[in-house]
Amino acid sequence: MSEVRNPVEPFLRMDRMPHIWCPGCGIGTTVNCFTRALIESKVDLDHVTIVSGIGCTGRVAGYVKLDSFHTTHGRAIPFATGLKLANPKLNVIVYSGDGDLSAIGGNHLIHAARRNIDLKIVCVNNLIYAMTGGQTAPTTPNDAVTSTAPYGSYEPAFNLPHLVEAAGAVYVARWTTYHVRQLARSMQEAFAKKGFSFIEVLSPCPTLYQRRNKLGDGLETMKYYKEKSKVRNGAPTSEVGLTMQGEIIVGKFVDRDRPDYRELMRHRLAETLGDRYVECEELVCS
Amino acid sequence: MRGKWGIMAKGAVKIVVERCKACGFCVEFCPTKVLALSSAFNSKGYHPPHVVATEKCSGCDLCGMYCPDFAIFGYRQPQPQATPNKETADAR
Repeated sequence: MSEVRNPVEPFLRMDRMPHIWCPGCGIGTTVNCFTRALIESKVDLDHVTIVSGIGCTGRVAGYVKLDSFHTTHGRAIPFATGLKLANPKLNVIVYSGDGDLSAIGGNHLIHAARRNIDLKIVCVNNLIYAMTGGQTAPTTPNDAVTSTAPYGSYEPAFNLPHLVEAAGAVYVARWTTYHVRQLARSMQEAFAKKGFSFIEVLSPCPTLYQRRNKLGDGLETMKYYKEKSKVRNGAPTSEVGLTMQGEIIVGKFVDRDRPDYRELMRHRLAETLGDRYVECEELVCS
Repeated sequence: MRGKWGIMAKGAVKIVVERCKACGFCVEFCPTKVLALSSAFNSKGYHPPHVVATEKCSGCDLCGMYCPDFAIFGYRQPQPQATPNKETADAR
């Protein structure tokens, strides 16, 4: 029998394995789902680009054997926006963490959603700044102990699906690393969708979040996801906020259509300039 | 690959022992409970999983989807020309 290979291996830079993620961390699981979604959706891999910022999840751009871009902290979306506008043929995926996307890059997130730029955002949410030592992030739920909140966090947390829906995203879903098949399907749907798509993935951080809060290891967290998550497709995003060890509402919350940035731009320029407006398919030299 | 009850396994798993970090996701979430963490160590000091029920593996590749370290995956065995078991095929 011919040698069977792990389906994820052709998508990875194997010379960089083993990766730096901790035992029990869920980021590798999301990468598995991502590669399965790429295989299933049969997209042209020459036109797929991954952009990521800084953080544990930011390492994905370095490990995946696609055109990838590891950018400055929080600026994954601006780089991706430039890439998409210069070369509209590309399928640009932003793969980053909650701290990078919603805190340092929070402004970029809401404005990219407002302008409806055709980006696919995969936000791996481990509820904390993991790479820098477990500080409180805007997504840290109430009562969670972090390195900067030793008596428990008292700041109200972001409800990311609600935030991006309000800002104008056309596709919003949330899954956990337990829901691997659903996550892969959701990513596939996002690849096919035109406009700003946002997928939040809850992932364990056993080293910093679970350990400080005495919640066991990665496996315990996966069991908690299995037990406490409830699939509610189309749930109003205002009701899906996360609480400390509470119920997790998962599912596809928003799937709607809105003209994207390029369409609006084309429409306005063609209207104003008439024949003088020449559409350029690709601005980059090959 | 004939198992205890003379059933041909429908699938198999491949494990790269040295890449494993023993998180236990594959063992916990294998739908047919094919795997268990072994008592042996790899060179990093983790206990990688090993197959304890070869004949039960359906080759669904859920272990491969869960493994954060890309150390395991499942695949379907090419079935010999024997007539497939109608009941189990339908159940899937």
